[in-house]
Amino acid sequence: MAAVTTSTERSLNKLAIVGVLIITMIFLAPIYWIASTAFKPRNLATTIPPTVMFQPEISPFVKLFTKRSQLRTAPTPEQYAAAPWWERLVFDGGEKVVRSGRGEVQWSGYPSRFMNSLIVAITSTILAVGMGTFTAYGFSRFKIKGEQDLLFFILSTRMLPPVVVAIPMFLMYRVVGLNDTHWGLIILYTAFNLSFSVWLMKGFMDEIPKEYEEAALVDGYTRMEAFFKIVLPEAATGIAATAVFCFITAWNEYAFALIMTNRRAQTAPPFIPSQVGSGLSDWTVIAAGTFLFLLPVAIFTFLLRNHLLRGMSFGAIRK
Amino acid sequence: MATAVMTTLDPNSRSAARGMSDLTIRNLFIIPTIVFLIVFNIFPLIYSLGYSFTDFRASSPAAANFVGLQNYRELLNDPFIWSNFAITAKYVIVSVVGQVIVGFGVALLLNRDIPLKGLLTTLLLLPMMLSMAVVGLFWKLLYDPSFGIINYTLGLGSFEWLSNPDMALYAVAITDIWMWSPFVMLLSLAGLSAVPKHLYEAAAIDRAGSFYTFFRITLPLVAPILMIAIIFRTMEAFKTFDLAYILTSQPTTEVISIRLYKMAFQEWQTGRSCALAYIVLIMILAITNIYVKYLNKVKER
Repeated sequence: MAAVTTSTERSLNKLAIVGVLIITMIFLAPIYWIASTAFKPRNLATTIPPTVMFQPEISPFVKLFTKRSQLRTAPTPEQYAAAPWWERLVFDGGEKVVRSGRGEVQWSGYPSRFMNSLIVAITSTILAVGMGTFTAYGFSRFKIKGEQDLLFFILSTRMLPPVVVAIPMFLMYRVVGLNDTHWGLIILYTAFNLSFSVWLMKGFMDEIPKEYEEAALVDGYTRMEAFFKIVLPEAATGIAATAVFCFITAWNEYAFALIMTNRRAQTAPPFIPSQVGSGLSDWTVIAAGTFLFLLPVAIFTFLLRNHLLRGMSFGAIRK
Repeated sequence: MATAVMTTLDPNSRSAARGMSDLTIRNLFIIPTIVFLIVFNIFPLIYSLGYSFTDFRASSPAAANFVGLQNYRELLNDPFIWSNFAITAKYVIVSVVGQVIVGFGVALLLNRDIPLKGLLTTLLLLPMMLSMAVVGLFWKLLYDPSFGIINYTLGLGSFEWLSNPDMALYAVAITDIWMWSPFVMLLSLAGLSAVPKHLYEAAAIDRAGSFYTFFRITLPLVAPILMIAIIFRTMEAFKTFDLAYILTSQPTTEVISIRLYKMAFQEWQTGRSCALAYIVLIMILAITNIYVKYLNKVKER
């Protein structure tokens, strides 16, 4: 190819490089803006022209985790000196940390929502990937009558609009007391991710040569032993990739969480927006909450980069 | 269903002599998943089908009265519901067309000899992995008429995006395009990289123009995968809820999922909302059917 590269071809390529760089910058700008706003002092978050250069602070994160109230009178120098460094940051912003009668710092709603997100996402991922791996093996290795129809049925459950499923689930949960509980959300997310996990894992299972297990069966393994000792280790990468996808889906989900939870089991996606518009919104705190929430997904995206195509196409396109 | 699963395997297979038979294992592996999905997806839908023929309100203790097809009849004759569908259709068209243009365009650029291609591709894919609700919320700040960076960068002064009824739907669609163009790009890249190089070389030898090469070689070969991306995004855009719900509360952005949500959980017209959910469900299943047919078609290649 190199020999036939003409000079127009080369300049076109240069143009493409410039284009890609500009587009990448535009696409990353909103994410950059979230990250930078999370480290800004409050008065620089909403300036015109926008503040790009600033001394980064961690006060938004302190405020994110603590319950605060407006300072009516400035703290006395003794109070200020006695306060730990992070509390001084809150004083500097014209607020004070709310303490209980015994002087314990009160947490904001964020840490518990973040924990709820972790509990629900991790548990539902384990369940969906666990069941999905077995089922995918079944579909991959055994003859099943009406296999295509069953697979279509499994996929179609993934396509249901959340609000459509949420109406009857809400009514049923109300009867059995699962509204606003971790298990209520875990069940919904497991069901939602299960079909995805079956489809993706089936692709990975299909790629493991049958001969591996057949050799093991000849060697005196039972089918179960062959599955656990031969197939599962071979499928480890696929299982990990599927798990990360399921985790991200559950972590990001909004509609079910909005409808099914309101306090005890509320996850971060419905909680973070509910903080906007309550009085004067402090965008640095919202950015800090958003930043912490997006961070795991951003890291996972890099770990998953070679499996993204496969995951996003339900295992249909493998490259 | 149980009988369908119970056939064709030989219970006396080699391995059956030791441990469980293949038949038992197969059923053990598959049936729990099917049962789980039936209990938590199909059963609720049957439950709500029942309610769709009633005037049930979840907010009141009054028992549900059977009203026959009244809910369906009223919904299909309600001009407001049709306007919700029209808004949804407009949203689907704007956002999917936008995603295809941007996504396919970037894929064409990336399909060249670009340094750090892998890194740039991953960076470009980041938006679609993030939470729509949480990132969408932040776009509120970006769109802000007085201190948003969008107006500042584009020099639009204090242009209203989200509080302008004519503009709000486009603003939501722009955010959606930002999030999901990467998806179209990802699939297009897969399609583009699968086009055999020798076809381009042959075209070059025949002195075919780049226009001709694109429409006669590139596009037809990428079309099936692009089609998957388009159908999938159409389906998702049709179901859209998070972004529009969080970004605005304009009546002009009330897509069908938002109407459904309000009917069910704010107005508590439970019976009627179940009927609307069924109308939406049938539409989604139709698109899903087309999608799966295409998936299988591309898989066979």
